[in-house]
Amino acid sequence: MPEHAALPPAMARHAAPVAPGSQCVELRRLNHAVARSIRTLSGLGVLFVLAPFVFHGEFQITFLTLALYVTLLGVAWNMLGGFAGQYSFGHAIFFGVGAYAAAIVQVQGGLNAWFGWVAGMCLGGLAGAAVGAVSFRYGLRGSYFALVTLAIAEVCRIIANSISITGAGVGMMIPLQPGLAHLQFAGKLGYYYWILAMVTVALALSSWVRHSRFGAALAAVRDNEESARALGIDATALKVMASALSGALMASAGVFYLQYFHYIDPTLVFGPAVSVQALLAAIVGGLGSVLGPLIGAIALAVLNEIGAHLFGGIPEFSMVLYGILLILIVRFMPHGLARGVAPLVRRLRGASGRREDTAGA
Amino acid sequence: MPDPDHSRVAPATGDGPAPILELVGLSRRFGGLAALDQLSLAVMPGSLGALIGPNGAGKTTCFAAVSGFLALDEGQVRFLGQDITGWPAHRICRAGLVRTFQIVQPFAGQSVLENIAVGAQLRRPSRREALAWAAEIGSRLGLQRYFGVAAQTLPIAARKRLELARALAADPRLLLLDEVLAGLNPAEIDEVIPLIHAIRASGVTVLMIEHVMRAVMRLAEQVWVLANGSLIAHGAPAEVTRDHRVIEAYLGPGAAARLADGQP
Repeated sequence: MPEHAALPPAMARHAAPVAPGSQCVELRRLNHAVARSIRTLSGLGVLFVLAPFVFHGEFQITFLTLALYVTLLGVAWNMLGGFAGQYSFGHAIFFGVGAYAAAIVQVQGGLNAWFGWVAGMCLGGLAGAAVGAVSFRYGLRGSYFALVTLAIAEVCRIIANSISITGAGVGMMIPLQPGLAHLQFAGKLGYYYWILAMVTVALALSSWVRHSRFGAALAAVRDNEESARALGIDATALKVMASALSGALMASAGVFYLQYFHYIDPTLVFGPAVSVQALLAAIVGGLGSVLGPLIGAIALAVLNEIGAHLFGGIPEFSMVLYGILLILIVRFMPHGLARGVAPLVRRLRGASGRREDTAGA
Repeated sequence: MPDPDHSRVAPATGDGPAPILELVGLSRRFGGLAALDQLSLAVMPGSLGALIGPNGAGKTTCFAAVSGFLALDEGQVRFLGQDITGWPAHRICRAGLVRTFQIVQPFAGQSVLENIAVGAQLRRPSRREALAWAAEIGSRLGLQRYFGVAAQTLPIAARKRLELARALAADPRLLLLDEVLAGLNPAEIDEVIPLIHAIRASGVTVLMIEHVMRAVMRLAEQVWVLANGSLIAHGAPAEVTRDHRVIEAYLGPGAAARLADGQP
């Protein structure tokens, strides 16, 4: 077999005319994506760490804490729905598995809450892998996958409602033991920093997934599964992995919910409200973007407050506002707020960034 | 003198290299229709061959079966001496047998460079190396100016090249090209032909499905002609196109005789 490491002149001759340097821009953009993402995340991290020094009212801390909690739901959902393109309508499955596992470990097992957290995450990840394996192995996609997850969540709710280890319909209450050793905090600030830490890790994980080979393969599966398989990607295995990661993150949010409110019952954790919050944050913010869920969650939290102030008398009125927001986003900003806002951010940063981009190319 | 034990002589002991791809009695039915009917052929390493035949002859079905996208009813696919029958598509690709699709299937929302990088990362350990290799392959195929462009906005000629680039970036040993020239105008075809020559010259075995006969005549060293799922002729392009069975498969029964008589 002839060795032609250097390409035959035929190819060079037929290469399209190129504007000088332009071919490097995209390569540089992709190569620096991780660094850029880390810079943005660290900047945001610092802002959020300092935020309580400015917004120190109880109301403001609670607002930020719940916004970050919804961010975590959105990041978890985005892992499977955004990066792998598999829309679940039943992410409460993993949320509930995490919350119940942590509660059972503490209440029935008499163990420390930290074990509960670890057990919840592991079981949530396993549940994610199991739901993924069952669905993707048999080629379920699109609305079929959405319906199957919805059904599994409902089955989980019914089971938790009927068996004794979960406390059935009565629900479970964890003993009140404030202190870091028990993952409970006397003040709101402790919960704020705990959820901030979890969101930071989740966003870093998202950023890694988005810019890694794993993420590129996932995106390929999302955009065209046949082509991805033809290029050596084991689509089923990757989707199962994404589902496991997503499940573990979702379970983590479930554990937070348990520790924050001290009480869970089947409808609270396996009901559709959690699934809807998770997918709304991701879709409103921007599917498949790293910061989308954060932006989406803040938007939802603001909307929630507006709803509570204007229509406080009507329970669950925020759900109506959520619905309206979703319709508006899908109609006018199908790529979500993150993509809608990005051009503004770029304009604010000014021309300096652009000059830097072309100078080195 | 008939050889009673022919099967033992055929494998690679001694004269000549072993085939890189060997199809033995492939059959696949869709309901009552035999899409593939006892198809056997052998592709030699380093060769550039073409699979031709009228529409519905089973060419694309053959590619789908070989690359793991379609299960066979009967038959065996051997690649590099290994039985790959029934392997999943991704595993066949990792073994070095890479296909392209007749209807190009880019990762629509991603940039051209990201598209190529998906192929490139198969054998590159890091993202950075995959991107560098993707840029290299993309430049070889003349796609540089499109690197940052979303794949779905490309004109058809560039999409065809992208399909080629992605497959090539996965470092195939054998490349199955399903009508990479379809939909291109003559000038664009003339630009792609040297690219395919160059791919073969770089050591990649190429088997293509092609309808553009001008290109088949210029590219292929040998041609397999399929009709109704089975092989009806095999040989150099010039020989094959004179074959009566081939003419009749394309033009209908009796066409060869009428042509010979000079009647339309």
